[in-house]
Amino acid sequence: MAQRAGQFLLYVDRHLVHDGGFHAMANLAKRGLKVRRPQNTFGTPDHYVPTISRNPADAPTAEIRRMVETYSTNMKNNAVPHVEIADARQGIVHIVGPEQGLTLPGMVLVCGDSHTSTHGALGALAFGIGQSENEHVLATQTLWQAPVNTLRISIDGARPAAVTAKDVILAIIAKVGAGGAVGHVIEYAGSTVRAMSIEERLTMCNMSIEAGARAGMVAPDDTTYQYLSGRPFAPKDFDQAVKFWKTLPSDPDARFDREVSMDAEKLEPMVTWGTSPENALPISSSVPGAPQRALDYMGLKPGTRLEGIAVDRVFIGSCTNSRIEDLRAAAKVAKGRKARVPAIVVPGSGLVKKQAEAEGLDKVFLEAGFEWRHAGCSMCVGMNGDLGTPQERIASTSNRNFEGRQGKGARTHLMSPAMAVAAAVTGRLTDVRKL
Amino acid sequence: MAEKFTCFTAIAAPYDPVNVDTDQIIPARFLKVPRGQGYGEFLFHDVREQPDFFLNHPVFGKAKILVANTNFGCGSSREGAPYAFHDAGFRSVIAPSFGDIFFNNCMKNGIVPVRLEEKRCGALREALKQHPGGEITVDLQANKVTTPIGEFEFSVPPFFREMLLEGVDEIGLTLSMLPRIEAFEKDYAASTPWLTPLA
Repeated sequence: MAQRAGQFLLYVDRHLVHDGGFHAMANLAKRGLKVRRPQNTFGTPDHYVPTISRNPADAPTAEIRRMVETYSTNMKNNAVPHVEIADARQGIVHIVGPEQGLTLPGMVLVCGDSHTSTHGALGALAFGIGQSENEHVLATQTLWQAPVNTLRISIDGARPAAVTAKDVILAIIAKVGAGGAVGHVIEYAGSTVRAMSIEERLTMCNMSIEAGARAGMVAPDDTTYQYLSGRPFAPKDFDQAVKFWKTLPSDPDARFDREVSMDAEKLEPMVTWGTSPENALPISSSVPGAPQRALDYMGLKPGTRLEGIAVDRVFIGSCTNSRIEDLRAAAKVAKGRKARVPAIVVPGSGLVKKQAEAEGLDKVFLEAGFEWRHAGCSMCVGMNGDLGTPQERIASTSNRNFEGRQGKGARTHLMSPAMAVAAAVTGRLTDVRKL
Repeated sequence: MAEKFTCFTAIAAPYDPVNVDTDQIIPARFLKVPRGQGYGEFLFHDVREQPDFFLNHPVFGKAKILVANTNFGCGSSREGAPYAFHDAGFRSVIAPSFGDIFFNNCMKNGIVPVRLEEKRCGALREALKQHPGGEITVDLQANKVTTPIGEFEFSVPPFFREMLLEGVDEIGLTLSMLPRIEAFEKDYAASTPWLTPLA
C-alpha cells in the first residue's frame, strides 16, 4: 500500500484477538480510538479462561477472572465479532481460526501470540505480533513490515508408524536449531507434507516459531480446499475463491534463500530432554552431556536413557496438539489402560470437545483416569492457573519446554499426544510403539 | 507512545546463555499487571534467584545495557519482556541475533536492539567480565557502539531508526495515510468478492 525507509505497509486481512491482548486495547482506548475494522477482527478468550468450568468466577484468582471479563468488555465496546467463554465455538485462537474458516489461503493474518504461525498451514501468511503492533492493527488495519528471507524445508518419504507431525517438527527444530530460522519464513514442502492432513500441517506450522521463524506455511492444495469447504466463514462463492487460491503456490522453479531437506522414513517418535525445543531426540536416545544449565534445571544426568524417565504429570492440549485427530490418537492409546500419574486432556475448542464426546473419546479418557476439561490454553502457558509445581516432571503435548513455562521450576518434556498417553499409562517416558 | 532515542551510555553486563526466551525475561504470571504499575521488578524475576545471576552482582546490577548471546528474546510475543527491560532502566540489548518479535517489540519501547557478530559479542562479554564496570555507548544517530574493546557499526531497520530518533508516533503516522488505506480497501473488496466480512 505504501513504502517508507525499507518497510512496507501491509494490509491485514484478519486480526485474531484474545484475552491476553488487554494492553493493546487499553492503549487504543487511551488514544480515544476504537477498533477501526471490526469486520476484519475476531475474538475468542483462551489464555486466562478456567478449564474446570465455563464460569469466569471459577478462575483461581480475582486478577485472572478480571482478564476474562476485561476481554468481554473490550469486545463489546468495540463491536468486535467474538465468542464468549460459554460459546461452543470458543477455544484456543489458533484452533478457532482454521475451524471457523476465518483463516484462508493468501491472507495476511496476525494475532498477538507467537504461535500465529499455525495458520500458515492453510496457505496464509500468518505471524505473531506484540502489543504495540497489535494496537497499530486495531487502529489502522495495517502493519509496517520489511521483506523477510525464505527457507524451504522439504520433507519426503512415508512416515513410519507412530511418527506424527509433532515428531516431524521436533526433528526439524532439532536440526535447524531454536534460532536457525530467525528472520525467515518457512515453506514446508515435499511428499510427506503433501500427504499430511490439515490438522497435521497445523501442528507442524505451529512450532515454526520454535525454530525462530517469523512464519511457516504450506502451499494450499485440494486437501486445503476440502478442509475449508462449508466452514462458517469460508467464502460463499467457494469456486471463485479456489480459482484464486490455485494461483498462490510457489512456482516450480522458485528460488529460496535457504533450503533444508529431511527424510521422513528415518524418523522416530521424539521427546525433548532440555529447556529449549531444539533439545529434541528420538525416544531411543540418551540424555546428552550439555548444556549443564539445562541438565541441572531438568534434574537429569548425561547418559540416562530417555525411555524410562519417571514423569509426575501429563498434559494433553495446547494450540499444537488439541484438535480432534490429536484426541483420537491419544484415546487410541488410552483405551483399556489406566493412567498412573495425574493427567488432563484439554480440547482446543468447544467444538473439538463436542466432536470428541460424540465419538465417545471423553469416556475413554475418563475410564483411563484422565481428567476431561474445557477448552483453553491451560497448562501450555499456565496463565489461567493450570500449573505444575517445582521439580514436577511433565509429559506435555505443548510447544515450549522453557524454564518455568509450565510453572516455576516445573520440568517439561514435549512429545506427541500418543507418546504423552504412553507416559501417562506407564508413569515413564515410553516408546509408544512398544506398548 | 513513542519514546525518543538518540544516544545512550551505561554500564554493561555480560550474560552468556544462548536462546534466552521471553518466559525467562518475564514469567507469564506478571503479564496481567497494568502497565502503569511498572514492570522493572519482573525483569528476569525467577532467574534472579540464582545468586550468581548478573543482576545480583555488585557492579553488573547497576548495568542498563545487556550484552547477550544468540537468539536472545526467542519464544513468546509478550511485550512484557521489553516493558521489564525499559522499566528497569535498560535502553539497549546487544546480541548476535534476536527473536524477531522481541526485536520489533524493543524498538516500540525505546530500546535499541544492537546486532553485533557472534565473535565480537563473545569478546565483549569476556572483556566486561575481566573489567566489571565497563561502559558502552549506543549512538543511534551515528549507527555506532563504543565499547571497551572498540567501536563498531550497527544498523537497525531505517524506518524504526527514524521513529526512534524523532520520537515519531507510528500509529499517528499511519493514520495520516488513511485516505490511501481506504482507497486500497475499496479496490481490494472489489477484487475479492468472495470474502465475507465478519461483521
